[in-house]
Amino acid sequence: MIRIGIDVGGTNTDAVLMNGTQVMAGVKAATTADVMSGVVRALRAVLGAAGLQAEQVDVVMIGTTHFTNAVVQRRDLAPTAAVRLCLPATASLPPMVDWPEDLRDVIGHHWWLAHGGNEFDGRPISRLDPDELRRIAGEIRERGIRSVAITSVFSPVSTEFEREAGRIMAEALPEAHITLSSDIGRIGLLERENAAIMNACLRDLSREVVAAFRRALTDVGFTGRFYLTQNDGTLMDADFAEKFPVLTFASGPTNSMRGAAFLSGVRDAIVVDIGGTTSDVGSLQKGFPRQATVAVEVGGVRTNFRMPDVFSIGLGGGSLVVDGPDGVTVGPRSVGYRIVDEALVFGGQTLTASDIVVADGGAELGDRAKVAHLSRDLIRRARDRIASMLEDCVERARISAEPLPVIVVGGGSILVEGPIAGLDLIKPDHFAVANAVGAAIAQVSGEVDRVYALAEMTRDDALADAKAQATEAAIAAGALAGSVEIVDVEDVPLAYLPGNATRVRVKAVGDLHAG
Amino acid sequence: MRGDGRYPLTEADLLSLSIGAALLGTGGGGNPYVGMLRSRELLRKGATVEVLPLDALADDAWVGEVGGIGAPVVGVEKIEQGEECYRALRAVEEVSGVRISALICAEIGGANSMEPVITAAQAGLPVLDGDGMGRAFPEVQMTTFFIYGAKPAPAAIADDKGNTVVFRDVLDMYWLERFARDTAVAMGAGAGLAIAPMRGDFVRRAAIPGTMTQALEIGRTILDARAKRQDVVGRIIAATGATLFFTGKVTDIRRELLGGFARGEAQIAGSGEWHGSEARIAIQNENLVLWVDGRPVIMVPDLIINLDLETGEPITTEVLRYGQRLAVIGLPAHELLKTPEAMAVVGPGAFGYPDLVFSPLAGGRVGNGKDVR
Repeated sequence: MIRIGIDVGGTNTDAVLMNGTQVMAGVKAATTADVMSGVVRALRAVLGAAGLQAEQVDVVMIGTTHFTNAVVQRRDLAPTAAVRLCLPATASLPPMVDWPEDLRDVIGHHWWLAHGGNEFDGRPISRLDPDELRRIAGEIRERGIRSVAITSVFSPVSTEFEREAGRIMAEALPEAHITLSSDIGRIGLLERENAAIMNACLRDLSREVVAAFRRALTDVGFTGRFYLTQNDGTLMDADFAEKFPVLTFASGPTNSMRGAAFLSGVRDAIVVDIGGTTSDVGSLQKGFPRQATVAVEVGGVRTNFRMPDVFSIGLGGGSLVVDGPDGVTVGPRSVGYRIVDEALVFGGQTLTASDIVVADGGAELGDRAKVAHLSRDLIRRARDRIASMLEDCVERARISAEPLPVIVVGGGSILVEGPIAGLDLIKPDHFAVANAVGAAIAQVSGEVDRVYALAEMTRDDALADAKAQATEAAIAAGALAGSVEIVDVEDVPLAYLPGNATRVRVKAVGDLHAG
Repeated sequence: MRGDGRYPLTEADLLSLSIGAALLGTGGGGNPYVGMLRSRELLRKGATVEVLPLDALADDAWVGEVGGIGAPVVGVEKIEQGEECYRALRAVEEVSGVRISALICAEIGGANSMEPVITAAQAGLPVLDGDGMGRAFPEVQMTTFFIYGAKPAPAAIADDKGNTVVFRDVLDMYWLERFARDTAVAMGAGAGLAIAPMRGDFVRRAAIPGTMTQALEIGRTILDARAKRQDVVGRIIAATGATLFFTGKVTDIRRELLGGFARGEAQIAGSGEWHGSEARIAIQNENLVLWVDGRPVIMVPDLIINLDLETGEPITTEVLRYGQRLAVIGLPAHELLKTPEAMAVVGPGAFGYPDLVFSPLAGGRVGNGKDVR
């Protein structure tokens, strides 16, 4: 299978072309304001470098930060109606109660509480009232809103009410996009509802962006399938991505970690992705990024997405090196993408981390003569500083005493040569475009998160049931049946509940179906 | 502040209170985030709440005690209708025939720190600066009020739907725990419980004084240290007088369900000063016992508090996981929890460690140290 992976970042749009497991070509192009022309340029360049025609490519996978940025920058967000099925429960906290005011203003303060919802054990809190929902639909229509997010209490345990309410809303509002919270999030009402509302407010934009990606691909003559990558390193097809844009959040760090795993052939490691301004550090378990367990904020909104547990430090190829009274500092300020004008080796005036490495003979970049005047002492101290920063963050990311290797990727990888914190260093081929590789090799996943009463079944039966459901979900999402494996199982007993209630979370992934 | 030392809670106080309460939760007690938002909504709509020192309480004043009862994980999904505790309180007033003039917290640690604040805002009552645990414990009977003789009835429990159940005659606090627990589960594992009104002179004797203010101050310290990018753990220790007992990384976490509670054990490999040492923490919703290199060094009722080594964030037992870097600090429980009567209810033996001999911590304190009586 021939595939192209594209990563649309804030600075660069990277593309790789792969034949099976072989990377044929990798390129970097500048990200453009319209995004699309940058994508077209990267596509043409990577096809040219591999000597292939677009029609020979089977699949294209795109990782994008477009939707995250839209929320962070409060732009292109549609007015959205939040409908919660809950009454009389949860009335004490309305939807969007903990959102930043400016974001709430942008999408309007449109919310309704309605009857419905379930208890932890599946009993209804109250019956769904179709007339009530039709009346709400009427008000939504009057306000001219076309994006609706429906959240029912305990919908991860029982999705029935959300589905029924979705049908009623769709009938009454045929023009509207409808997002159901159980399709997106897990237990934790406010966080799941937040994710559903953010998804709904991105639906107009996602339609445009997905159409634009489609146009860019058509422009270069590509006729196959295309996918977007989601935050857990797996794929969603274009139609699905259009419905669930919120699932692309944090796909960037995920892709670079997955790419690092693939390029190095190592499935358990610490990954350091060094860019121009920051380094993202995380850990790989079985080839997937370890996920965060606490609430993750996006644009000031709490969510409970499946997000990689990644943290950033202000160290990159463009980081400013300053020799002050308290010793030398590197970062967090950086020249960023202006490195090609401002770094000393490129004839600029700013001493950057990359200049230090070039002066030390660690890399060939720009004109080494322009950094010949730097003192050995400064070079030594700056390199020590860089090494200790990396050591510190690698230590933080370590999750066991096991001596896991460290995989270094990203354009700023020249900053590292030897072992970090006594751990073996791997700098794979194509390290600079690992994120696009991560997009190209993304798999398909299915996940289950629900509460089982272990009084009624054994723990083994509950786990088996959850695994079967997760596997089915992965196949439904496009995975090749034989390739699906369970990558994550977690069961947490629920204190105070009778019947040994246990919350089980299982994730299955498989290779993308070739057909 | 008025002459008797009462002060109003501001919106900013609520966040501080919830953070400090999470710390005093010693790993359990549930997350106070939802309660913080609920009380904030009430304040934004114009309600006010005053914190009243225990010594401003008249002998013959009646004090109500309210709290949420159920499973913490249900609390983050089926958020309260809002008036569960308020309805339970009114039912108890009605059945007992007394007018309640102030509210007190059963449990300052975790989510139940906010519940009396919310009910106080709704009822227009002050909330007392104190509580019945000075930390979090898993069961209803484990309060200084019950340990020192508060009557278990009449009590009432109310749900989100409008059901209110009154327990008119209850033999003792263990029966109340049992009835209330089963009723709460029938109500969807989230309900509001109010216990029998207590007289002011009794509450002044039996309550742990100053814990509302202490939680508030701990929260303020954490927020301030974070804003100034200071060492949060160090600031917490300086502010509370707590002792640092271990730093390290979680290497194993085992959980199981026993008797309706999340029991388990965490293993921690030492770092920094404790490099080469091993620690172990026993858990029943809250942290029960800390062993370092096989030796028990902190045990209930003293407080074992896990903080994220970097951010100082209190780590609850349900999010404790492999690889987390922790600072484990210890804070002595209030004297009221260390008498023979109290040890029978909240000592190591009451939690299934009959062989552990309680050796109290020194350094720091829960409460304000004011012995009112």
